Amino acid sequence: MKIVLQNVTKAFPNRNKKIKEEVIAVDGLNFEIPDGKLVGLLGPSGCGKSTTLYMICGLQKPTKGKIFFGEKEVTHLEPEHRGVGLVFQNYALYPHLTVKQNILFPLQNLKGEQKMSKQEMLEKAVAAAKLVQIDELMDRKPSELSGGQQQRVAIARALVKEPRVLLLDEPLSNLDARLRLQTREEIRRIQRETGVTTVFVTHDQEEAMSISDIIVVMKEGVVQQIGKPQNVYDDPCNLFVAKFLGTPPINVFDGKIEDGMLKIGDEEIMALPGQQDRPVHVAIRPEGFIPCEDGAFSGILRNIEVMGRDCSVILENEKCQKETVRAIVDSGIDIKHDATGRVRFNIKKNKVFVFEAETELRINVEG
Amino acid sequence: MADRKEFVIKDIDVAASMRNQKTANIIRLTVIYIFLTLMAVMMIFPFYWMIISSLKTMEEYRLNVPTLWPKKIVFENFVMAFEKAKLLDLFLHTLYVGAVSTVLSLVVTVLSAFAFARLNFKGKGIVFGALMATMMVPGELYTITNYLTVSGRLPFLEESISWLDITNTFAVLIVPMLVSVYYIYLLRQTFMQIPNELYLAAKVDGTSDFKYLWKVMLPLSVSTIITITILKMMGSWNAYIWPRLVANDDAHKLITNGLRGASFVTEAGDTNFPAQMAAVFIVSIPLFLVFVFLRKYIMRGVSRSGIKG
Repeated sequence: MKIVLQNVTKAFPNRNKKIKEEVIAVDGLNFEIPDGKLVGLLGPSGCGKSTTLYMICGLQKPTKGKIFFGEKEVTHLEPEHRGVGLVFQNYALYPHLTVKQNILFPLQNLKGEQKMSKQEMLEKAVAAAKLVQIDELMDRKPSELSGGQQQRVAIARALVKEPRVLLLDEPLSNLDARLRLQTREEIRRIQRETGVTTVFVTHDQEEAMSISDIIVVMKEGVVQQIGKPQNVYDDPCNLFVAKFLGTPPINVFDGKIEDGMLKIGDEEIMALPGQQDRPVHVAIRPEGFIPCEDGAFSGILRNIEVMGRDCSVILENEKCQKETVRAIVDSGIDIKHDATGRVRFNIKKNKVFVFEAETELRINVEG
Repeated sequence: MADRKEFVIKDIDVAASMRNQKTANIIRLTVIYIFLTLMAVMMIFPFYWMIISSLKTMEEYRLNVPTLWPKKIVFENFVMAFEKAKLLDLFLHTLYVGAVSTVLSLVVTVLSAFAFARLNFKGKGIVFGALMATMMVPGELYTITNYLTVSGRLPFLEESISWLDITNTFAVLIVPMLVSVYYIYLLRQTFMQIPNELYLAAKVDGTSDFKYLWKVMLPLSVSTIITITILKMMGSWNAYIWPRLVANDDAHKLITNGLRGASFVTEAGDTNFPAQMAAVFIVSIPLFLVFVFLRKYIMRGVSRSGIKG
């Protein structure tokens, strides 16, 4: 079932009661989540992504705008009637109940026609537990489980009602790195097996990119860009999106366009015919550097971090907006610096993005 | 590298350190144990005196040089205690009042703690603040106004209202004591420690507030509930001023009041202290047992009152 958000806005009263002005957590959100897809809501903390999730869930009601599930409007429907399952960052398992009782809990609240017999409930619970592979732990208490197992229980509890939409609020942030990798594959598998439309919130761009069909990048309550992860990565619409996606992060320089040439300092990076002369932000992905003795770009070599598969070359460049530039190159390549300690690189054109200095919007570079 | 200070590892005399450590430990423990022993004796002695006195004969009790252990142990004082003080009646009254007021008080406490911890309503802060403020007023101060209320003598009326007069009933012992701000506060703090996400999760699953309270919050707060139950029971058992004031007839007399009022005068006109001690001893037993078995919960209630503002 698809989810449509139409001009959804959420304002909270200011915490300081003397200030009348409201805090806008989410501002005029418009997007559609296609049926059966896994969508990642991505943004730094405080960007309104959790608020958006809670509004889809029904725990919070939008100040303005409408939310549709399929063709039906659900804007003011209570969460229990929406058919949603929600998983929290801290799992929110009932600590005094066993795994089985936790998974049964949502079913025991069903009323009227939906009401099930004990046998039915148990079958559903076992099926949900099998799906997340915790059916052997049914009689344990949450405190006797590892973080990853607790998260699976939380997912099973969210899925047991067979919801139309599964919502995950930072589902992986409480897990250690290895478990995180494993659990995100798990979430992907479960989503594929059940085909349930899934929205998940994260501030970890790698997590979002790796498992989402679509990512929605948000900043300060406003959607910045929506698209397939690779498309958003390869074609960011503004500097914020370019900076937010990718590890290691993109390198941003103070550059300028002069006589149809893109320059960082005095170094001519590439030709930009037909562009007016003006200062710009130049962003280059770490993988966009090719070591080359007569390359266009240079920096003073500071350090080389060998990672095995590839290595990071740490450089200093006075035009860089951070202290160091990070370039990722194959580990086989010998990095040579000249007498002044400078290393030179050629730049891959499709890894360079140019943004307006003022608005930080992307400048479309043809060719 | 050259300018880094050289790290010097000094040799340690392990044996000497061990000796010093040992001496210090012995001195410390000796001081602590002497102090604790003295304090324990001071605490225990009155109880010890009560017990041995209850086992003495009247003659032995009256000796000019008191004996530390009865020469002849007699149990007739206990029989006399039951007869003279009508202990059985007192026990039953107190149990009844204690049980009823504990149950009702728990209902009030749980519901109000839930409201203050979980619900959002206008004036919540003010109401809670006002309740907390009443904790600053010593209970004795209410006694007079409460007495006027339950005896029907309202301050702004000239004549007393007879149907408001509920003195010498069990109700007067129970109702005015139902609400305890301290218990509400204690339970509210416990409720507030339950993560908000549990509530949200329950909401998504369609759980009503009451069901959430019953199925999630109460089971998670069992230990505080037990603490409150014990404190309330102990409070009922120990209450003296209020019962003495409002229910002093034989049909409603409670245990402390009854003990105070019971006459242990012998035919010769002296007070029979051994019998009185026996009565006090019997009355202390239930509390003693409660303390021995439920110490953990009592300590929690007492220590919790000290922290969190």
